[in-house]
Amino acid sequence: MKQLKNFGLLTPALWVSILAVLLLGIGPLISRSASQRETIYIILQVVVLAASLNILLGYTGYVSFGHIVFFGLGGYTGLYLISAQNWPLWSAVLAGGLSSALLAFLLGKAILRLRGAYFALATIGINEAVRAFVNNFDPFGGPVGMTLNFKVYDGYGGAANALWMTYYVLLVMALAVIFLNFAIKNSKFGLGLMAIRENEDAAEVMGVVTPNAKTWALVLSAILPGMIGTLFFFKNGNIEPGDAFRLDYSIEMLVIVMLGGQGSVLGPILGAVGYEGMRNFLLTSPIFKNIQLSVAGMLLLVIVLFIPAGAVGWLRKHFPALKRVLV
Amino acid sequence: MTVLLSVQNLTKHFGGLQALTQVSFDIHEGQILGLIGPNGAGKTTLFNVINGVYHPDAGSIVFKNRDVTRLKPYDLAHMGMARAHQIVRPLNELTVRENVMVGACFGRENLSLSKARGVADDVLESVGLYIRADQLAGSLNIAQKKRLEMARALAAHPYLLLLDEVLAGLNPSEIDGMIQTVHKIRAQGITIFMIEHLMKAMMNISDRIIVLDYGKKIADGMPKEIANDPQVIEAYLGDPRMAEKLLGEA
Repeated sequence: MKQLKNFGLLTPALWVSILAVLLLGIGPLISRSASQRETIYIILQVVVLAASLNILLGYTGYVSFGHIVFFGLGGYTGLYLISAQNWPLWSAVLAGGLSSALLAFLLGKAILRLRGAYFALATIGINEAVRAFVNNFDPFGGPVGMTLNFKVYDGYGGAANALWMTYYVLLVMALAVIFLNFAIKNSKFGLGLMAIRENEDAAEVMGVVTPNAKTWALVLSAILPGMIGTLFFFKNGNIEPGDAFRLDYSIEMLVIVMLGGQGSVLGPILGAVGYEGMRNFLLTSPIFKNIQLSVAGMLLLVIVLFIPAGAVGWLRKHFPALKRVLV
Repeated sequence: MTVLLSVQNLTKHFGGLQALTQVSFDIHEGQILGLIGPNGAGKTTLFNVINGVYHPDAGSIVFKNRDVTRLKPYDLAHMGMARAHQIVRPLNELTVRENVMVGACFGRENLSLSKARGVADDVLESVGLYIRADQLAGSLNIAQKKRLEMARALAAHPYLLLLDEVLAGLNPSEIDGMIQTVHKIRAQGITIFMIEHLMKAMMNISDRIIVLDYGKKIADGMPKEIANDPQVIEAYLGDPRMAEKLLGEA
């Protein structure tokens, strides 16, 4: 128990975030409605992606414009193992996470020496490079990608069952990403990351081994996107380079983290719900449906200019009583 | 007396600018060594090279009997070297306590978070910042930020403390407070290497002083000797009347 306390795992602040995810995820479990499940699936997926990005962006202060590369690569690795090597979904999901972690580790060694805008530009380059590679990589199906044989789902009690199953797994992953964020934020490792975010040179002089800390932050922020990448494309049944490495999706993740509040645990959840809610409205509105990305861009501008600390930061500032429960 | 840090023939240039030329000196354990010199003499560069921020072009640095010439700042921090910067570098969005905890967690003793919290509170108490512990570091004024720099360095429980103009920009009463803090630190057995422009303070506080001018060491000795050294008077003070004033103060 003491150990748990040290990590802040028994504080109300963690339970607020856990409760938020559960509230979000429980609807389809009660209604058993497939369409509601699909809507919530996308939101939960965004929660996992945004909360993972938060480890790098929020705690470490590094902007990644190409974070979706980990989702795409994980999806490709997992789907390849399922379709060509007949691996079960579970091992494939793990392998998807590991492949992204490995890429993150190598990238960490190579490009985390870059700072600020240079790092951000490099991450776009990586996403495009991996997309181009996959486009020309025959085992992954090149430009047409890979399609799962429908029979694969029989092993999981048929397609309908398999879809529900992926939903449960995703819900667990969403809870896992919240725990991960919390554990990092309340650990010595996390303190080192935040020191890097505030002033990397000062952190180094104080003894933070910055190259290692940054690499591990990138690895931790890549694992879950890789895992849910496999999960999503398994559910989807096929994968193509264009779907797997969507740069606009990366940028939406940034908007979501900043909207909710970077460096906070609850932030990515609030951001995901708020942004997806707005997007659903925009996509169904006759006026905005063609310009929804421009609205996202405007939103990012407004956040950066007026509420740089995001929704959680704003709430903490204006309602100090909430400080204990909103982290 | 044992030598804590030994610098031999240190040379560093940036492009065409010769920032340090063949600088050699030793720091003995428990001493306060002062470093003075006109603006641009290479004082902060010397700190940066000793600290691992820059690597020298030639020469060697031995700290605690180990060659540290090519090590990184964090390696030196782990070995027990800490530094307060001339231009303060607070971690603005973290609290004052968290700032100091970073020093304690990642410094020589590699403490756990909970132990670091205890050390941070002790250090904050000793530099007079305890009442600000829960404030964000960004909200401190400049004198408090200077103290915070010092507190972070001290929390690492270093063997050697590099102080880069911790008195600059402070008013007279703040300076007195800071000088007392420096004395307290020395009393704890921490060796101090400090850059300062305030001659009066420097002459009082240092056991020994070295003088840099255009990247060369031009003098090395007791404060009195330095104040009487004709080369120092010429190169550093320029004006003989200034030297008299200096002697009067010391």
